[in-house]
Amino acid sequence: MTEIPKGGYAARLPQNHPVALYPPYRTSVKRSPQAAPLSFPTTISEETGPVFGHDLLGPKDADLLHNFGPQDQSAIGPRIVVHGRVQDQFGRPVAGALLEVWQANAGGRYRHKKEGYLAPLDQNFGGCGRVITGPDGSYEFRTVLPGPYPWPNGPNDWRPSHIHFSIFGAGFAQRLITQMYFEGDPLIWRCPIVGSIQDKAAVERLIAPLDMERTLPMDARAYRFDITLRGRRQTMFENRMEGL
Amino acid sequence: MTDHPETASQTAGPYVHIGCTPNFAGIHGVYPEDLGARMITGDATGERITLIGQIFDGTGTPLRDAMIEAWQADANGLYAGQEGADPHFSGFGRCPCDAEDGSFRFETIKPGTVAWPSGGTQAPHVTLWIVARGINLGLHTRAYFADAPQNDSDPVLGRIEHRVRAKTLLAQAEGSGVYRFDIHLQGPDETIFFDV
Repeated sequence: MTEIPKGGYAARLPQNHPVALYPPYRTSVKRSPQAAPLSFPTTISEETGPVFGHDLLGPKDADLLHNFGPQDQSAIGPRIVVHGRVQDQFGRPVAGALLEVWQANAGGRYRHKKEGYLAPLDQNFGGCGRVITGPDGSYEFRTVLPGPYPWPNGPNDWRPSHIHFSIFGAGFAQRLITQMYFEGDPLIWRCPIVGSIQDKAAVERLIAPLDMERTLPMDARAYRFDITLRGRRQTMFENRMEGL
Repeated sequence: MTDHPETASQTAGPYVHIGCTPNFAGIHGVYPEDLGARMITGDATGERITLIGQIFDGTGTPLRDAMIEAWQADANGLYAGQEGADPHFSGFGRCPCDAEDGSFRFETIKPGTVAWPSGGTQAPHVTLWIVARGINLGLHTRAYFADAPQNDSDPVLGRIEHRVRAKTLLAQAEGSGVYRFDIHLQGPDETIFFDV
């Protein structure tokens, strides 16, 4: 098959995203731009992006249970597999996407010098991992279920259990950082960071359901988190090629 | 084809370093090197420059927990991955802002001009992407070079309605190849961000 000519990236739709200024999330008040953004069609500067090959990855990069502690020791907490598929908005798989993930340990504590929560560190858990999607856009990593934790915002705000994702697609226009939540967590709908997304369906797409089909019996439960990135429009030339 | 909505962004939060620059965060032994630590990976062609700056919030306080990424063409205006691009230049840099003064720094080369889709060229620029606690969707902007003659005909700079704000996209030469590009999230000097 010959290379399909592609146009620019479709515009990012604001309704799919959080608002910049959301006062219940207090840090957004002084960190949100107030002027209207400048729009222009994507150019080669946004349609290209860094490409990361599988040679970047170490053997334990996608195994947060074991990539930090000593050999043969595992992180503490409920063991889970997180898997899914990265596609673009037109449903095409995004192969070769780099996903970097980070999270708190099972007690809700991050390994970070600015972290002040009293829950203890786990000596076998670093909290970071990465994976590159296969030809069908699929990915998978192993970790522990992160704990919820209190954070300094309102007087008594708690983050729902979540895993942060940083995603590189094929073009810098697709660059995205998001957070995955877990089905059934009552803290999701109380969280001001989640609340910055005004569309309920957009929030629901961040909630990974339990996936019993992929559960590893006597080992780990599985959660499925599918990710959709912006896509490049087809050119008129391609439409004609398809026989319109 | 069915249109699937893009996955919503969420803030990178205060612990972005754990996932994106773990060695900077003191998490050693997982990755040999933080991603994007070096843009020049060998004997790259072109003028060596250093792009520095700080990111300020609406009170004028520098962000000390932000992360900024750079993506740019090589000296000949080619992006990594394009035919003929400089094999000694990655074009991609990632910098956690300094925990004390919030400064960022990229050791890079001055990019060449690149094509504009409908013809003509864009002036040399570095695409920048900023994430941090309190920023709900990553902020996309460009650093142009204040001393570049091509700026006058750049199609993006030409689109700016409020001309007084155009200077917010210009990195200023400080001598010895150092360019300063300060970013203001709010206020009278608010940087122009893109929804490209």
